[in-house]
Amino acid sequence: MIDQLPAIMVLAPMFGALMIGLFGQKDHRVCFPIVFTSLIISLGAAIGCANLVTKDGTIDYFMAGWEEPLGIGIQLRIDHLNALVIVLIGVATTLVSFFSIRRVGALDTEKTPHFYILYLLLCTGLYGITITADAFNLFVLVEITSLTSYGLIAMGSSRRGTHAAINYVLMGTIGASFYLLGVGYLYLKTGTLNMHDIQAILQANEEVRNSNAVIIAFLFILMGIWIKMAFFPLHGWLPNAYSYCPSSTACLLAPLMTKISVYVMIRVMISIFGLEWIFIHLGWSHLVVILAVIAIVAGSVLALAQREIKKMLCYLIVAEVGYMVGGAWLSDSNMWGLSGAMYHVLSDALMTLCLFFVAGIWSKCIDAKEIDDLEGVFKKMPITSACFILGALAMIGVPPTSGFFSKFYLIRGGIEGGHWEYVAALLFSSLVNAVLFFRIFEIAFFGKNPPEGHGHDEEHHDDHEDLHPVLEHEVSWRVTIPLIVTAVLIVLLGLFNGPVVEFIREAFPPTSEIVSARP
Amino acid sequence: MSEFFEQTIQPHFNFWIYVILMMLGLWAVIAKKNMIKKLIGLSIFQTAIILFYVSIGVKEDATIPILDHHGPEHHEVVHENGEHIEDAETSAHPEEVHEKKGDHSHGDDHGHDDHATDPDTMANPLPHVLMLTAIVVGVATLGVALAICQMLFKEFGTLEEDEILAELKDSASDD
Amino acid sequence: MLTKVIAFIAVAITGSLLLYGVADFPSFGDPNSPANAGVEGGAPSISQYFITESYKDTKVPNLVTSVLADYRGYDTMFETVVVFAGGMAIFAILRVLRSKEEPPKPQSRAETFVHGDHNRIIVGTTCKLVIPVIQLFALYVIAHGHHSPGGGFQGGVLIGASFILLALAADLKTALSRLNEPNYIRLACIGILIYAGFGVLCQILGGNFLDYGVLQPVLFTDGPEMARSHSMLGVEIGVALTVSTIMFAIYANLASRGTLNEGL
Repeated sequence: MIDQLPAIMVLAPMFGALMIGLFGQKDHRVCFPIVFTSLIISLGAAIGCANLVTKDGTIDYFMAGWEEPLGIGIQLRIDHLNALVIVLIGVATTLVSFFSIRRVGALDTEKTPHFYILYLLLCTGLYGITITADAFNLFVLVEITSLTSYGLIAMGSSRRGTHAAINYVLMGTIGASFYLLGVGYLYLKTGTLNMHDIQAILQANEEVRNSNAVIIAFLFILMGIWIKMAFFPLHGWLPNAYSYCPSSTACLLAPLMTKISVYVMIRVMISIFGLEWIFIHLGWSHLVVILAVIAIVAGSVLALAQREIKKMLCYLIVAEVGYMVGGAWLSDSNMWGLSGAMYHVLSDALMTLCLFFVAGIWSKCIDAKEIDDLEGVFKKMPITSACFILGALAMIGVPPTSGFFSKFYLIRGGIEGGHWEYVAALLFSSLVNAVLFFRIFEIAFFGKNPPEGHGHDEEHHDDHEDLHPVLEHEVSWRVTIPLIVTAVLIVLLGLFNGPVVEFIREAFPPTSEIVSARP
Repeated sequence: MSEFFEQTIQPHFNFWIYVILMMLGLWAVIAKKNMIKKLIGLSIFQTAIILFYVSIGVKEDATIPILDHHGPEHHEVVHENGEHIEDAETSAHPEEVHEKKGDHSHGDDHGHDDHATDPDTMANPLPHVLMLTAIVVGVATLGVALAICQMLFKEFGTLEEDEILAELKDSASDD
Repeated sequence: MLTKVIAFIAVAITGSLLLYGVADFPSFGDPNSPANAGVEGGAPSISQYFITESYKDTKVPNLVTSVLADYRGYDTMFETVVVFAGGMAIFAILRVLRSKEEPPKPQSRAETFVHGDHNRIIVGTTCKLVIPVIQLFALYVIAHGHHSPGGGFQGGVLIGASFILLALAADLKTALSRLNEPNYIRLACIGILIYAGFGVLCQILGGNFLDYGVLQPVLFTDGPEMARSHSMLGVEIGVALTVSTIMFAIYANLASRGTLNEGL
C-alpha cells in the first residue's frame, strides 16, 4: 500500500473525473463529493510521500515494474525537490475546489460535471508532471494540463476570454512542441528518455555532452518551458487568458501552472543536464539573469499601468516568474539562488492563490473588477480584506510572511553570485509592489479615490447600493475558509522557512560547506 | 555547392526537410491573420515533429518492427504436428520450427527468440510509439482549437485576427 | 508587414538553430546511431532491448504494441486521457445547453433514407453496406494489433469514422439516436476505466500499476508473459472505446456548433 502511494496520488483525481462522467451527468449533486474525496485522497498520498521522503530519502516507482535496464519503462521519482511541490498542489487544488463550489453555478449549471472533469484531469496532470522522471511522459502530462486549461479558460468566458484562449492554444502548443523537439534531439543523441539515464550518459560521454545537438536540445526545452511559464518576452498569452476567465479557473491556474513550469525548468536543469554543464560549460548564466531582470522590471511596470485587479495580478505573476528564473540561474557555486527559487515557487503559489481568491470574491460579490471599484471595501468585507492585506504584504515582502523570506534567500543568492542587477531588480519590484498595493489599500480604506479616477465607476455604485444582503449570502464559509487557510499557510511557510529551505537543499548536489552556513 | 549537398544535406536529408516544413508551419502561425490558417500552420508544425521523430528510428535495410513468427510458421506447426496447436504460442515449439527452417539457428539457450536477435534488421520501435502519442495529442489540440475558433466566429463574426483586434479595441473604448 | 518581418526573423533564427543542431546528427538511417544502438560506453540500448527481448517478456510479435501498451503503458493511458480531456474541453467550450429541446427522437434509418431526400437513397444504401464492414474491420484492427499494425487507437478511430459517416450520410440525429450524448461520455469514461482498471487490479494483486504480469492467476494464463499479452488486448479495447466515442463527440459538437441539432 505504502509503496503504491505515488501512483495513487496521480490516479485518484483521474478516477474521480471518470466517476463524474459516469454518475454525475444526471445528478449534479454527486459531483462535489467525488471531487472532494479524490482530491483529499491525493493530498493524503502526497503528504504520505513527502513524509516518506523525509524519512527514507528518494522514492522511486517503476510503472509496470519495468526497472531494468533503466529507461525501458517509465519511472516516477519523488525526492526532496518535488516532495513539497506535490503537497502544495494537493493543498491548492483542494482549497480551490471548495472555492469553486459556488462559482461554477454562475457559468452554466448544466456544465458543472464537465467543469469538474476538466478540473480533476488538470490535477492529475499537475501531479504527474511533478513526479515523473521520464522526459516524454512529461510532455504527455503537460499536454493534459494544457488541454484542460484551454477548456477551462474558454468555457463561459467573455469575448476577450475567447480571443485570449485561442492565443493561449497557439502559444501553448508551440511551447509544448519546442519541448518535444528538445527531447527528440536528446533522444537522438543519448538513445534514452529517462531523465536520470540521460544525465548519466551526458556525464559519462564527453563527445555527446559537447555536441551542438545537446545544446540546441537544452535551448529548445528551455524555450518551450519559458513559453509555458510566461517568461517575459514570451508572456503574451498569460494576462488576458487568466484575467478574462471564470474566477475559480483563474484561482486554479494562476498559482499552479506557472509555478509548476518553473519547477519543471529546475528539474530539467538538475536532473537532465546537470548544473555543472549548464553553468560552467554553457555559461549562459549572465544572459538569463539579465533576461530575468528585464522580466521583473517589465512585469512590475506593466502591473503598475493596469486598472483591472486581475490583470494587475497577472502582470505581477510575470514579474514573479522573473524572480524564479533569475534565482534558478544565479550561479552553481551557491545554492541559495536555486533553493530560494524553489522556496519562492511554494510561497508565490500561496500568495497568488490568496490574492486571486480575493479578486474572485470581489469581482463576484461587489462586482469590483477595477481598482477604483474597491472604494470602502475594507469596511464591508473585513475578513476578505484582511486576507488581501496579508497576501499583499507577502507580495511586497514584509516579515513574517513567506514572501519576505523567499526574497531574502533570492537576494542572498544574488549577492553571493555577484549579480547585483538582479538584486536591484528585486528591490525595485518590491518597491513597485508596495506602491501598487498601498494604492489599493488607500482606495479601499479611505474611500474617495483620486480625482483622475475613471468615469464609469459611479454607475457601478448605483447598481450596488444595497450590498449587504449580497455579502451575507455570498461570502459563505465555503469561500472564507479556504481563503483564511491560505493566509495562515503564507504565515506558517514564512515562520518555518528554515526547515523548508533545508529540506529543499537536500535535493541539490552536496556542497556541504554552504549548507552549514545557514542563518 | 554539390560538395555541400553531398556532405551536409544528403546524410541528413530528412532532418533538413523536417526543419523546412516546421518553419513553414511556424511562419503561418506567426504571420497569417486568419485563425484557420494559423491552425493549419500549427498542424504542419506538429506534423513536422512527427517526421523528425520517425526519422530518428529509421535504419537502412531494416523492416517494420513486427516479428513474423506467428503468421505462416504457426501454420507450419499445425501442419506438422497437429496436437500442439494450443500450446504452440507459449511452449518451445515455434523454436523447433525455426531450427528446422534453419534461418536463425545459433544454438543459443532461448531458441526462438533468436529470431529477433539482430536489431539491425528492424526499425526502432520507440519513436513510433512516441509519435502515436504525439499524433493523438495533435488531434485533441486541433479539435479544441477549432472549437474555440467556432466560438470566436460566433462572437465576432470573423476569423481574421486584425478585425477581431479592431473590434476588441472598439469595445474597449466604448466602455 | 511588420508581423511578416518579425515572423521571418523568428522563423529564420529558429530554423538555423535547429539546423545547427542537425549538423551533429548521425546520418539518416544509420543503424548504429545512439537512438538505435545506444551510446558508446553508456547503458545497453533501449531500442535494442525492445527488439531482442520484448517478445520474451510479452509474447507480442508487434513490438510497437508491446512497447505502447506495456513498457510505456502509463504514457498510453494518459494519451487516452488526453483524448478524453480534449472531448470534454470541446464540450465545455461549445455545447449549447440553454435551449431545452426534445432529445432527438429515434428515427428508423429506412425512414430517413427512403422517404427522405431522394438524393440520399444512393448515399444511404451505400452507407448501409459500408458501415458494418468498416466496423467489422475496426474490430479486426483492434484485435489484431498484437500481430500487425493496428491497435486501440486505429480501431477506435475507425469505429468513430463509421459513426461520422452515418451522421454525414443521414443526419446527426440519426447517428445520435444510435449513440446519444450522455452515453458516449459514459462509454468514454468506461474505456479509460477499463484501462486504469487493469492497472489498479495489478496494484491489488501486489504489482506496480499496470504490471500485467501479476494478473496471471486472474486471467488463467500459462505464464506472466501471456498475462501481459492478454491484458494488452483488454487495454486496447478500453482505448478503442474512448477514442471512438470521443472522435464522434468531437465531430458532433463541431459540426452542429454545439447544438447537436442539425449536422452538416
